[in-house]
Amino acid sequence: MVARAPYWKTLTQPLIRQNPVTLQILGLCSALAVTTTLATALTMSVSLTIVVTLSCGIISLIRRHIPDTIRMIVQIVIIAAMVIVIDQFLQAYFAEISRALSVYVWLITTNCVVMARTETYASHNPPLPSMVDGFGYGLGYSLILMILGGLRELFGKGELFGAQVLPLADQGGWFTPLSLMLLAPSGFFLLGGMVWAIRSIRPEQAEAPEHTPPARMEPAQ
Amino acid sequence: MSDAWNLFLLAAFVDNMPLTLFLGLCTFLALSRRTESAIGLGVAMTFVLGVSVPLNHLIYQAVLAPGAWAWAGRPELDLSYLALIAFIGVIAAIVQLLEMVLDRYFPRIHAAFGVFLPLLTVQCVILGGSLFMVERSYNFAQSAVFGFGSGVGFFVAVVMLSAIRVRLAYADLPAGLRGLGIAFVLTGLMSLGFASFTQMAAAQ
Repeated sequence: MVARAPYWKTLTQPLIRQNPVTLQILGLCSALAVTTTLATALTMSVSLTIVVTLSCGIISLIRRHIPDTIRMIVQIVIIAAMVIVIDQFLQAYFAEISRALSVYVWLITTNCVVMARTETYASHNPPLPSMVDGFGYGLGYSLILMILGGLRELFGKGELFGAQVLPLADQGGWFTPLSLMLLAPSGFFLLGGMVWAIRSIRPEQAEAPEHTPPARMEPAQ
Repeated sequence: MSDAWNLFLLAAFVDNMPLTLFLGLCTFLALSRRTESAIGLGVAMTFVLGVSVPLNHLIYQAVLAPGAWAWAGRPELDLSYLALIAFIGVIAAIVQLLEMVLDRYFPRIHAAFGVFLPLLTVQCVILGGSLFMVERSYNFAQSAVFGFGSGVGFFVAVVMLSAIRVRLAYADLPAGLRGLGIAFVLTGLMSLGFASFTQMAAAQ
């Protein structure tokens, strides 16, 4: 148990306390774009978790052989190779979801979560902890994606995973879908609200005021 | 001409990269705290997008597209799955080249850009621009207009957001909402505003 404790900490740290999306402003692009339904959010979460775990492992394995000056390029090529494999897999077996995700699967390559983990953690640590760390960050990212996707699909369409949960008003039920939930602004509002909620529970995450107002000047007589 | 203008408007406002397509949000939020850095980011972004999208279009058509190797007797060769690595390489090279040219001939501009230039390599907007160009199969002129337009759209959005955030000094926000939280809400409101451009495009 003693030996396992650090792994457990590495794994759970990114879930809320160091969450990549709500605290570190990483990987937002895809987090908002793919969360109109739960199915696409889940696909994206799984893809990203696989990519980040594997690329952390691989980069950590060869960390002593990468020349320091070109390490960014090496990391990007490894990540891009992983993403291509995932994308081909999705196109082959989940063609419909792959079309819905459009270019966002490819954009995992430039997802800052992956790059941040390989750069800051995997390039200095042995493979196993790196993979645990990558997996943890993948989970933290997935958690936010699933919550967002669930809320947006539930209130936007009254569905979860495409199955009707709330009876729609135009089919004799009582629920009128909020179509704003499916549009871009609601993603920002929900994420802003989540950040607020998390920081109210954990006040140590709150930021200092960015700008201080200039001293109030007495009106000239 | 009017087609090109329409495409420019579409790229800059209707499909605004950060506000409606959610691309490049990380730097969009991180660097919009001050107006000067926002302007630097916007200019660098416009330039790199305007150059990299048409260049990637040439490379895609010449090397990667299905049937591009027909002249060598290999019409069945389809290398389009390699586009990702090729695009990233091109973008990294352009950014590096731009950095060296600016450093050599315009050191003051280079100093003003600071850290933003190397950051652009891993910017989703720039990679996304090239990927959209392939997905929507633009021709060369269209991809140049599209790249430039997206850059201008990003510039406008990031400068506007930074202008609003500076004024937040006068707002008495709850502690948890300060910084990132309120930035999301502001972006959401701006995104609502930009949604009206979609109606404009639909009405045409």
